[in-house]
Amino acid sequence: MYKQSGKVKLISIILIVLGALGIGYGFITAPSTIDEAKEILAAEHGGHGEDHSATANEDHHTAEINSAGHVKHVEKSEAHGEEVHSESHEDEHLEHVLHQLQTKPWSATFVAGFFFLMIALGVLVFYAIQFVAQVGWSPVLFRVMEGITAYILPGSIIVVLIVLFAGEHFYPWQNHELVAGDKILQGKSGYLNFPFFVIRAIVYLLIWNTYRFFAVKNSRDQDDSVAIKPYRKNFKFSVIFLLFFMITESTMAWDWFMSMTPHWYSTLFAWYIFATMIVSALTVIAITTIILKKLGHLPFVNNSHLHDVAKFMFGFSIFWTYLWFSQFMLIWYANIPEEVTYFTLRMEEYNLLFFGMVVINFVFPILILMNSDFKRIPWFVVIAGCFILVGHYIDVYLLVMPSTVGSHWSFGITEFAAILFFLGLFLLVVGFGLGKAPLKIKNNPFLKESENYHY
Amino acid sequence: MSSHYEAPIREPLVTGNKSYHDVTVDVAAPVEGKANKSWWLVFSIALVAFLWGLGCIIYTVSTGIGSWGLNKTIGWAWDITNFVWWVGIGHAGTLISAVLLLFRQKWRMAVNRSAEAMTIFAVVQAGLFPIIHMGRPWLAYWVLPIPNQFGSLWVNFNSPLLWDVFAISTYLSVSLVFWWTGLLPDFAMIRDRATKPFQKKIYGILSFGWSGRAKDWQRFEEVSLVLAGLATPLVLSVHTIVSFDFATSLVPGWHSTIFPPYFVAGAIFSGFAMVQTLLITMRKVINLENYITILHIEYMNKVIVLTGGIVSVAYITEYFIGWYSGISYENYTYLSFGAATGPYAWAFWALITCNFIVPLTLWIKKLRRNIVWTFFVALVINIGMWFERFDIIVICLSKGRTPSSWAMFSPTFIDIGTFVGTIGFFFVLFLLYARTFPVIAQAEVKTILKSSGDKYKKLREEHVSDDHIGEVEEFPASGGPAANTEAHEGEDDLNSEDKNNKNN
Repeated sequence: MYKQSGKVKLISIILIVLGALGIGYGFITAPSTIDEAKEILAAEHGGHGEDHSATANEDHHTAEINSAGHVKHVEKSEAHGEEVHSESHEDEHLEHVLHQLQTKPWSATFVAGFFFLMIALGVLVFYAIQFVAQVGWSPVLFRVMEGITAYILPGSIIVVLIVLFAGEHFYPWQNHELVAGDKILQGKSGYLNFPFFVIRAIVYLLIWNTYRFFAVKNSRDQDDSVAIKPYRKNFKFSVIFLLFFMITESTMAWDWFMSMTPHWYSTLFAWYIFATMIVSALTVIAITTIILKKLGHLPFVNNSHLHDVAKFMFGFSIFWTYLWFSQFMLIWYANIPEEVTYFTLRMEEYNLLFFGMVVINFVFPILILMNSDFKRIPWFVVIAGCFILVGHYIDVYLLVMPSTVGSHWSFGITEFAAILFFLGLFLLVVGFGLGKAPLKIKNNPFLKESENYHY
Repeated sequence: MSSHYEAPIREPLVTGNKSYHDVTVDVAAPVEGKANKSWWLVFSIALVAFLWGLGCIIYTVSTGIGSWGLNKTIGWAWDITNFVWWVGIGHAGTLISAVLLLFRQKWRMAVNRSAEAMTIFAVVQAGLFPIIHMGRPWLAYWVLPIPNQFGSLWVNFNSPLLWDVFAISTYLSVSLVFWWTGLLPDFAMIRDRATKPFQKKIYGILSFGWSGRAKDWQRFEEVSLVLAGLATPLVLSVHTIVSFDFATSLVPGWHSTIFPPYFVAGAIFSGFAMVQTLLITMRKVINLENYITILHIEYMNKVIVLTGGIVSVAYITEYFIGWYSGISYENYTYLSFGAATGPYAWAFWALITCNFIVPLTLWIKKLRRNIVWTFFVALVINIGMWFERFDIIVICLSKGRTPSSWAMFSPTFIDIGTFVGTIGFFFVLFLLYARTFPVIAQAEVKTILKSSGDKYKKLREEHVSDDHIGEVEEFPASGGPAANTEAHEGEDDLNSEDKNNKNN
């Protein structure tokens, strides 16, 4: 039986406390009036000189086409024409900036919260796939996966709460005034309306957690049962879960991310988020396994198992890039104004992050994890894994930040604190989850294949 | 690669008490025997269809594309529909031989040879269309970036149609090499068994002097793995590039970012349906029921269910985003309310019925394991996937942005004749293949015979204790010896569980 050491528990709690304080700081220091926003803007541009603020203004203008709450702004400025660059325009602009600055702590929390949730969720999907595909090598890792998925319950509740309470900070379509003046948003109100949004979020929560509950329960039952009935049950549950997951994952991505920029749409979007999810999840499985083995809890796991997980990290990194490129290239190629804003904003305001992410998530893993000997060396896999996790954090960051805070992004105390908070929570919950049952399952029909697995 | 130990819960992949020699004899039989009447009958029909198609192609090229049913609005119809359909069918072969190799699926071994043959013959059919749908096919070589006397006039690398040229030609060559490499040991087997000097000579040439030494096998395995690793991204990229033909455009319904993975999923869906159609017939005609078992058919059906599910999610996504975009032009795309009720409603509903509703029956285990039903569903999917491409191309083109250019398409007999001709050509090639090539990768099947053959599974069952298996199976040193020599904790439980499995 694994037991989380007091030290790790203490560290996790410290992380949670520090993180909570940092997040609180972010919310308190967010400007509440236009004047405060002005000060922050001045501080941001201080030292850059007048010249820069002029171009920055121009930049904001392109940036805003996409960002939250702005739709109204653009349409008004279009109606007024360019000549009305008067005070009213300036006021509106500041109001808009204020809104974005107020959204920053919300976004920071959401990015980190979703990042850790998607890891646990991706592990759950991978776990379900192992049952459905009757995989022979992975059963020795089942308890590791079950331990990680323990995070889904607290993680999903927090994320759903953020999503539901963020309101107009994230979702401009929740602003009735805005919708009233926007024909396109009115057309979408059949899907993008608050009650339906809440119902959907709760349905996702229920489906994911129900499967996790029964899958783990059956897995524990199998330990005490010589007959393989619980295994067969899990097989069926996994098939049904994967079916529902395919659908809920798509709608989740549309609800929580795509509707941040309600005018923009992309059919590939949901699958792209899934790719991010699964590659991060595999990385965390690998790292957790390596750590537990190092601590001597997994004597039955050999380097062939590690090799296989690392292969999946490698393969899905390429798969992620494939989807990233497909979405990006098709929109870049066609260059349709209403679609291309999404990437224009990211390329102009987040240039280094946007392209740097592709290097971290694609070039790096492909170079490191190509060699099959390297995939068997724990520290190599850990290093590749750290890069992949950082890269996919940036990916989630780029899904959320440009859409909610536009050009006023930064990586400061709040963003860092949010990561610490959720990391602490993740460590604590996963440690607790791993300690709930022996780390080696029993009586799974493929266990013996898995124990004797060599590649 | 993997251990010789196999969980007792796995069903045998080779039935009928086969030994190594039985495998050889069964695989070589069609090559060594003579064609019967029905083979000649089917071959003649295919040949006539092919010749008819050839006539249509010659007529088109010499008369002009105007002999087809295309019009100014709909410039692509059956030609590109058939092209995408054939390329899609080809994808299952590479999927079976490459992706399933990477995933170490042993069941692929009985089907990969024919699936790859199907790939190659399907890609040959597909390759015809980009040429013959050109207005001036005799200038087709201009698509290649060759230095020339027009001041070295080159191609524009921005066009997905050019990427198609590279994708398809690379795909064909890599598939061919991959297939042929796998054939070497099997050709050598036929060479060594041949009694007629002419046959011996031919298979001697085809097998490249394969002698099956340890070093050769080791390199053979490595090459297969590397080629599988290369073919997997290739297979994804090829159909992705085919999807770019549409997705990079500005045509409503075509411009959609989901096309790359969705086309690939559709390709696997239709490709597996074609493999089912061919193999269900083949296992019956040349007595391969012990190698291509009902389990193989069920596994392929599961792949069909999975990829059909992915395609269905993509349909829902397309339909939803079409509505969600709020763009009025999206009302007439191939998956929209306008298509479901418009003049092409029959094509829309054919797509939904064939690709969504009918394959749903494969969720039922009884139907999934029913050969007749599988054959029917596979045929329906092939028709449905043809309609998917037809719908994407023709429905989206028929009602574009300007109502004054809205038009309908109806094929001429030359459109149809060309398509029928490619089907004929495909079967001519496939029928010739089935009589001259070892249709099952016997060398590969022999590697799983002792772990997954029913004869050996029975032997293991009779000697439940692990110690005895060693004697019965003669494990090679590489076969994961730990599986059988070391005693493991809970061993007794496992053994009693084995019996339980049988009862379940």
